[in-house]
Amino acid sequence: MIAELCAPLKKFCREKMEPSLEHDDHDEKFRMDIFNQLGDLGHTGLTLPEEFGGAGLGYVELAASLEEMAKTSVSYAVTVSVSTMVQAILNEFGNATQKQKYLPHLTSGKGIGAFALSESSSGSDAAALKTTAKKVDGGYLLNGNKMWITSGGIASTYIVMARTGAEGAKGISAFIVSDGTPGFSFGKKEKKMGWKISPTRELIFNNCLIPAENLLQNEGDGFKIAMAALDRGRITIGAIAVGLSERALEEASKYALIRQQFGKAIFEFQGLQFMLADMAIETMASRLLVQEAARNYDLGIKDIKLASMAKCKATDTAMKVTTDAVQVLGGVGYTSEFPLERYMRDAKVLQIVEGTNQIQRVVIARKLKDLYA
Amino acid sequence: MWFFNDEEKELQKICRQFAEKELAPKAAHHDEAETFNLAAFRKMADIGILGITADPEYGGAGLGATAATIAMEEFGRICASSTLSYLAHSILCVNNIQNNASDEQKAKYLPKLISGEHIGCMGMSEPEYGSDAVGIQTKAQAEGDHYVINGTKMWITNAQYADIAYVYTRTGSEKKNLSTFIVEKGTSGFSVGKPIHKMGMRASPTGELVFENAKVSKKNLVGNVGDSVYHMMKNLELERITIAGISLGIAEACVAQCIKYSNERKQFGKTIGNFQLIQKMIAEMSTETAMMRHFLYSVCKQYDQGIKGPMVAAQVKLALPKMATKIALDAIQLHGGYGYSREFFLERYLRDNKLMEIGAGTNEVMIMIIAKDLLAQGMER
Repeated sequence: MIAELCAPLKKFCREKMEPSLEHDDHDEKFRMDIFNQLGDLGHTGLTLPEEFGGAGLGYVELAASLEEMAKTSVSYAVTVSVSTMVQAILNEFGNATQKQKYLPHLTSGKGIGAFALSESSSGSDAAALKTTAKKVDGGYLLNGNKMWITSGGIASTYIVMARTGAEGAKGISAFIVSDGTPGFSFGKKEKKMGWKISPTRELIFNNCLIPAENLLQNEGDGFKIAMAALDRGRITIGAIAVGLSERALEEASKYALIRQQFGKAIFEFQGLQFMLADMAIETMASRLLVQEAARNYDLGIKDIKLASMAKCKATDTAMKVTTDAVQVLGGVGYTSEFPLERYMRDAKVLQIVEGTNQIQRVVIARKLKDLYA
Repeated sequence: MWFFNDEEKELQKICRQFAEKELAPKAAHHDEAETFNLAAFRKMADIGILGITADPEYGGAGLGATAATIAMEEFGRICASSTLSYLAHSILCVNNIQNNASDEQKAKYLPKLISGEHIGCMGMSEPEYGSDAVGIQTKAQAEGDHYVINGTKMWITNAQYADIAYVYTRTGSEKKNLSTFIVEKGTSGFSVGKPIHKMGMRASPTGELVFENAKVSKKNLVGNVGDSVYHMMKNLELERITIAGISLGIAEACVAQCIKYSNERKQFGKTIGNFQLIQKMIAEMSTETAMMRHFLYSVCKQYDQGIKGPMVAAQVKLALPKMATKIALDAIQLHGGYGYSREFFLERYLRDNKLMEIGAGTNEVMIMIIAKDLLAQGMER
């Protein structure tokens, strides 16, 4: 099943996606036609029910799909990951009308979903967000700014967290906001170290009127919805990290077999063998942890500790493996003629998004306390 | 450092002021645009450091490893790219000429290199010979009053801007038959290949030196034919010690920024410095940096007193760059999204420092050198 699912995807990624990546990374250019084609291959709404255009599969399959995609491009994999997460939120918390209206456009890959929680002064401390949604005639008036929004500017549908009530988590509500709504605009595109193909933008809401029917669930349910999104994000970011590690290992191994120094392939030096072996061990351990977290999720076991461990382990591994892969290639690894330096730049933010790895460790410790206190 | 003398303390102050005034304002711009801060480079002559180890009779400062490392550290805190170009000029080109060239050659080339009128580079690595440097294949063949050079040098810092190149070539069939030439820009048959685009150190130009029947006068042979392996190894020692200063500067700048941010950034109603996870990061990175700083400068002081050897140079070159990559990664992590943004300097420092684990001998080559030395020494101390 997974092999059938991923073989055409791999072919597409290596043949159609790969050639423009170095250039697009340099120019910071996202190609909508590539995303649309991922949709045509059926990979932009894998976990959604078939009635809304999805494939009705689970997180095990989604993780495999994202891993394959990330072997070629973390940026496109992240775009798919976030869009799929937005769909899952709409499917779980949206009413029938909302699902019918927004899901098919996203599952088909014609449109992209984005998720807006972070603000300039509330990152890890998400419940402190300041964007407000004031109830007025005909809906809600949104005011405030959202920072670091993946797919900002290219997405058609945004889920935006805003404050409808008092301070703290319980005063937050979730809204569906369509691109082009009057009063909704974008700040500058962030210049980042990596993920350069995936645009990150600030969202600006200036007396933006949202129809009341765009509220997800009830007022005050926003934080619960946001946390549900992050549970899934931990698994998908972990899967992306595994794909990235696997590709870096592949490239480093191939190069080490070809590159000759001191009269033999550098692969024959134990110093490199140990590095490559460690990269393989860590990558496989990460994959198994992510798969286990995905399998649990599909079984309905919401094991947050496991998902946090998978996210931490896989992304810390991706950072280490991509850094070492650059090292194996030496000087050429440092140039943009080889993709290794891009892999390393793309890896770093995996340790930051969907809850920094510090926050994941806090979550793991909290669960340990629950277990043993 | 407590053991710096007055001259070194003064140099540290001057370099710090220079870096803040001349390098800091444009460092991010030159990284983004992949351009070289030529104006700042030439101004380094004003503070007398372009020939930091060269004899005063040629305009040099006549100083040693400690002084050169101070300059690397202070510049490295602000702009590692400019520092790398400075190192290629002052240590790889000027210091090599100072130590190995004839009086006539020194008088001809050093004054302009030291006054900033000329920029220098060194050509060692080749596409197929990086770690295995002694295996280089660029050939120099004697013909009448000159040599004919053929081959390509790769990863050459300052290539596109250099007026003078200090170039290692092969002059015999045995592995150690290497000889060096001083090659001037404009020499017939000598050109600069395409620029190399890099992950970091983007404001330091890197290119190829291409020799196609390049005619170089015998007067430009440095020392005797076949002397170069010794020259190469001797200069690599100083290069490895001083380049570690760049990683020290990077690590220190990261630590300082992390402490500042931990006191400013509020999450969950308090500054993040209140969280023990953050405390652990800043405490450990500052401890490591302090340790490395003492290690590096005591090696410098030993070197200046004539206690030298390839192993200890390899040890500092292994330890400091590795540490700085770790610290730069942690510094980005501590800053979260802001750390990843190119509006902030931390991601540039990480990208720049990765080169430090590759250039001037990779970590893996350092391990080979250290282990070889240790095993040859046996248990004797």
